[in-house]
Amino acid sequence: MQTLKINDVILRTVVKGVVFIVLTLGVYLFFAGHNDPGGGFIGGLVLGSGIVLLYITFDIETVHKGMPFDFKKVAALGVLLSTGSAIASLFFGAPFLRQADDYFDIPLLGKTHLTTVTIFEAGVALTVIGTLVTIILSISEDG
Amino acid sequence: MIEKIMLLSLALFMVAIALLLYRIIKGPTLPDRAIAIDTIGVNLISAIAIVSIVLKTKAFLEAILILGILAFIGTIAFSKYIERGVIVERKSRD
Repeated sequence: MQTLKINDVILRTVVKGVVFIVLTLGVYLFFAGHNDPGGGFIGGLVLGSGIVLLYITFDIETVHKGMPFDFKKVAALGVLLSTGSAIASLFFGAPFLRQADDYFDIPLLGKTHLTTVTIFEAGVALTVIGTLVTIILSISEDG
Repeated sequence: MIEKIMLLSLALFMVAIALLLYRIIKGPTLPDRAIAIDTIGVNLISAIAIVSIVLKTKAFLEAILILGILAFIGTIAFSKYIERGVIVERKSRD
């Protein structure tokens, strides 16, 4: 291996700012899936890309200090959330995967369209994040 | 007139991407390939922007953002592989 000390201060400084833009775009895409292109899958992919960017720039131990998640468990939690929101409709006498929606008056936000599809999509996003980060870490880890 | 200029520039972008593809396949060294992949990303972003001008739509702006992010991450991963041999390190040496 090279003994020369590698100077990557530019990369670290840029990534510290860029990763927030990436994560913000991911959250925006997640909520834009209501009416526009976007949704849980794409939002999860972009959020996972931001996390992978952190793992590439810094190392595994530094990122684990700030984000102590086991991403396999994150994927499992996502699947549980999605299937849970799908099964929950059975207890109200509705078919499997039936979703409910209604308009609510929320202070500051005004009349808002809330739906249980958001819970399902959150599960999809968590599954995609967990699977993506697990795959990337497994195939690119050293040693 | 402006329509023809847009279509001509799209065609030129495609020619540039074809030439860069030659550089990726043939490229003597790995840094050549990294530069070519990054430039293909930039050319694709510009081509999508011109397509969205031609079609008079805002629907492709998110695609531009995502393509920029993915090209950035891809270039960083490629250059880190060239420099250090690994992409994700267990513990960084400093």
